[in-house]
Amino acid sequence: MADLGRICLPLALLICVYGIGASIYGARTGRIEFSDSGRRSVYALAIVLTVAFGVLELAFLRNDFAFNTVADTSSRTTPTFYRAAAVWSSQEGSLLLWAWLLSLWSSLALFLVRRRMRDVAAYATAILLGFGAFFISLMIFYASPFSTTNPAPAEGVGLDPLLRFPTMMIHPPMLYSGYTLCTIPLAFGMGALLARRVDADWIKAIRRFAFAAWLFLGIGILLGARWSYSELGWGGYWGWDAVENASLMPWLTGTAFLHSLMIQEKRGMLKVWNVSLVLATGTLAIMGTFLVRSGILNSIHAFGGATLGVPFVVLIGILIAASIYLVVSRRDMLRSQHRLDSLLSREAIFLGNNIVLVALCFVIFWGTYFPLISEAFTGTEASVGPPWFDRYTVPLALLLVLLSGIGPVIAWRRATFANARRNFAVPLLSALVTLVVLLAAGVAHKAFAIAMFCCAAFVLGSISQEFFRGTRARRAMAGEALPVALVALVRRNRRRYGGYVVHLGIAVLFVGVAASSSFQHAVEQRLSVGGSTHVGKYTVRYVRPTATITPKNDAVHTGSTLNIGAVLDVSKGGRHVATLSPSEGFYDSGEPAQGTVGHLIGGQAVSHISMSAGVTRDVWTAIAPDISTPALQRIVSIGNRTLPADEGVVALGVLAREYLKHPPAAQFHFIVSPLVMWIWIGGLIVLGGGLIAIWPTPSAVRRRVAMRSRARAAHGLARA
Amino acid sequence: MQILIAILAGVLLAVVFVVISAPLRAARSAERTGVPAEGEQARHSAASASYERAELEAARETKYREIRDAELDLRTGKLSNEDYEAIDSGLRAEALELLDRLETIDSERPANNAGPGNAKPKLEG
Repeated sequence: MADLGRICLPLALLICVYGIGASIYGARTGRIEFSDSGRRSVYALAIVLTVAFGVLELAFLRNDFAFNTVADTSSRTTPTFYRAAAVWSSQEGSLLLWAWLLSLWSSLALFLVRRRMRDVAAYATAILLGFGAFFISLMIFYASPFSTTNPAPAEGVGLDPLLRFPTMMIHPPMLYSGYTLCTIPLAFGMGALLARRVDADWIKAIRRFAFAAWLFLGIGILLGARWSYSELGWGGYWGWDAVENASLMPWLTGTAFLHSLMIQEKRGMLKVWNVSLVLATGTLAIMGTFLVRSGILNSIHAFGGATLGVPFVVLIGILIAASIYLVVSRRDMLRSQHRLDSLLSREAIFLGNNIVLVALCFVIFWGTYFPLISEAFTGTEASVGPPWFDRYTVPLALLLVLLSGIGPVIAWRRATFANARRNFAVPLLSALVTLVVLLAAGVAHKAFAIAMFCCAAFVLGSISQEFFRGTRARRAMAGEALPVALVALVRRNRRRYGGYVVHLGIAVLFVGVAASSSFQHAVEQRLSVGGSTHVGKYTVRYVRPTATITPKNDAVHTGSTLNIGAVLDVSKGGRHVATLSPSEGFYDSGEPAQGTVGHLIGGQAVSHISMSAGVTRDVWTAIAPDISTPALQRIVSIGNRTLPADEGVVALGVLAREYLKHPPAAQFHFIVSPLVMWIWIGGLIVLGGGLIAIWPTPSAVRRRVAMRSRARAAHGLARA
Repeated sequence: MQILIAILAGVLLAVVFVVISAPLRAARSAERTGVPAEGEQARHSAASASYERAELEAARETKYREIRDAELDLRTGKLSNEDYEAIDSGLRAEALELLDRLETIDSERPANNAGPGNAKPKLEG
């Protein structure tokens, strides 16, 4: 079956090359049949890459270790779900996933606009196929998913233990969907500039895809944060890791674009800004892919493999150069039709919001890429850590949340001071009450946290006011019952009220971030059985050790050969709160030189954290047990000397029993973080708001609204 | 197994060829059946009118949305009556101008499409 996959790749490349040529020819000559043929090349590409992906997926599910990528990232003992998702845990598989998702989303986008913007769409088709050709070429010449070994090994290496976590397996498809969706607005933006058609139609066409990219990227980022918090042994959800930052940057510029395109739609302003944002977002998405796939990074995210840095740098260079050229050469067509009417207007607030978002992106960009560039020139590894990022991003985040509360209560075009005073009363009161309560609670020393809580309260006040007033207005107009009026209000104004829900979700998310960062209690302590320590107001007691061997005893299918942990009792004020069971998994290194027993536990040790999550706080714990004691190492040594190759697990059983009988002191890491759950809740609210905003209005409703709007437009001007 | 792969590859190639070539075959078929192709000028004129119409329709929908937004802003207390009247009448005038321009394009459309004929391939999707 690898042969079928090997045929698919060059066929896909040929389709891309043909499609690029046909699309450009069709665009330049106006011959629609060639433009259509170019578009259909994208559909054909999707078909071929689906077959290729299917071949690879089948190889994983059938444990076909003749495929090198299957042998390197899967095994017979890997659970089926993880085996299915292991396709994209390797360099090669992830490149194929990227290309496949690009072909699918591009097909959908081009299908939806097939009767409109023919010349813009033709250029966009060529650009999207160009991206496809790039990734397929990487697979053909650098990292083929279909390379094989004959004879095939009997067993595979298995999946990286850190990736055996459900959200981690969904995270890459979400993130890659976000990245590939970012290329669609970029392609249409470049197409609009090439075709010299940069008005309302192309904005309308790409809005949904820009929103979808934003949504998928956001989900991917959130899943990654959740994985970091729940799986990695450091207890945090965001570490300003280069790859985390790489996904956040296009999300920030995408957020800015979604706001500023409303200004372009309504007022014909910010055309240069918008097209630059679209091109920047797409380029940042490619740069994000470059960081993860190029081999430039040595991090948990960079799955090693071939160095693809040079091709990516060339592609990014071309994108940047082409973007600058197109914007500069078409600047006459991008002049604004109007000016800002008033600084006290929603347009001005959106502009402020854009500046803050781009500033955030710039700070993160500098902190992420400067060390890499510095290392490339000086050869010395440099790093910029969380304190540097926090110094600049925290004030900007405060400003962002504040603006997200101001925007909803200001009118488009212009607002009067009298109106502003009336509209800000409730939000300001919310913020003030919050401030008083927090000061009374004695947390004045946490200035940034207090500021964030007050800003979030301001947002909650303004959004609640908007929903209340909108529902009241609807009821006055239509005489509907309260719940009916609320639903009808949202259905008639999905974009507005979906956006309000997103703002609320962001505020909630930042409350969780502020609380968990500023009021966290963390303790690292070495404890023996029966020992205890205090973490904030909680007491944690080490009740007893645990030790299990072989995967079938491992309830979470981590694949560890030995799992050593502890049972902990958590109490507060003498009352039992939770029982936690952190452990550390020891894995097979696959190195026979470490001995019959030694190799079984000589691989990467992975911490399995245990957590009691709640609405008000999370109690989190990790353990680093000590198996280097003389007694335990003697068991390993004797096993290495005396046991045959396939009976090393017998010694592990003896080791486990010895550990349970005479457990040495273990190193523990305890964290009590308030309001962490609100980060995930806030994320879900953002997702819900995004879905409301992006949900299409049924066409019958659209026609009815259009007819009423037409009649209303004529009313009062004596026209029918 | 090799035969199966060869068959699958052949089927895949055939599908790709059918999908990609369909518009080209449809255009050639239209030429052969004697339906003359559009002249280049007529094609460009039709395309221009189509683009202008699409732009105006997108602008019209945006304008309707702005009218509704302004009304909602008034009802939710973000706009004073005076500001609303000024903004609303401006928006309605802009909307009617867009409607007028659309009607002009529609009334000119038979003139744009006049000539030897329209052999645009019907196959889309």
